[in-house]
Amino acid sequence: MVELTLFIIFGLTAVYGAVTMVWARNPVYSALGLMLSMFSVAVFYVSNSAHFVAVVQVIIYAGAVMTLFLFVIMLIGVDKAEDRVEKIPLQRPLALGVLALFGAGVLWAGRYVWVTGPVQGVDPVNGTIEAIGSQLFRQWVLPFEITALLLIIAAVGAVALALFKDEEAGE
Amino acid sequence: MTVTPGWYMALAVVLFVIGLAGILLRRNALVMFMSVELMLNAVNLTFVAAGRELHSIDGQMAVFFVMVVAAAEVVVGLAIIVAVFRRRRTASVDELAELRG
Repeated sequence: MVELTLFIIFGLTAVYGAVTMVWARNPVYSALGLMLSMFSVAVFYVSNSAHFVAVVQVIIYAGAVMTLFLFVIMLIGVDKAEDRVEKIPLQRPLALGVLALFGAGVLWAGRYVWVTGPVQGVDPVNGTIEAIGSQLFRQWVLPFEITALLLIIAAVGAVALALFKDEEAGE
Repeated sequence: MTVTPGWYMALAVVLFVIGLAGILLRRNALVMFMSVELMLNAVNLTFVAAGRELHSIDGQMAVFFVMVVAAAEVVVGLAIIVAVFRRRRTASVDELAELRG
């Protein structure tokens, strides 16, 4: 019963945030809508007993990533109004048609068991830090090390892009 | 009435389709980028719900790695958007038509 109430409230909140993100003219509103959506998804993680992932979601996504987005929005300015006139003919009707077809197709496919396969474990999963950590440093240790490399490459790439001097702009 | 993982899957589909709509309908590079993040979130939700259904913690591990990759992607992507903005003074993808034939 509690889970049903949470699902209804935060499901509506997540959809509202997502629609706000797509609909809002001002990119700051878009960022705040996305933040709302991410918080709601964190609530769903908790009700699916993925506690650690929920905490990481709030700290990394709703905290760090969205702060970075807001920094960039402030940096490049929000006063530039976006041109809402679609220049490609038939883009909007085709896009809406493809979206409807895609959503219906995924919902239809989700009704069959072959998508997920049989149940693997016996015990209900509980995503505590202990469970995640022991799995991370045993079965997933190689991907974990590779993510360290990935993050270093990303940081170096961002610094390289920021240092890039631009002669043509001339300022 | 209990909430089955299928409900979370359906909600994730809705969020994913809204994110896809943002990519297809908006012209602001930042908003399109945020839509990508929303789609990643929707997929993460399906991972967690499926992991609960299948009694396997691997779903949560997948979410963990998706988050790391998304963080790296955000860093590089925003750096590219800022670099493009410094050169062209625009964040609209419609005006970036240099390679047009």
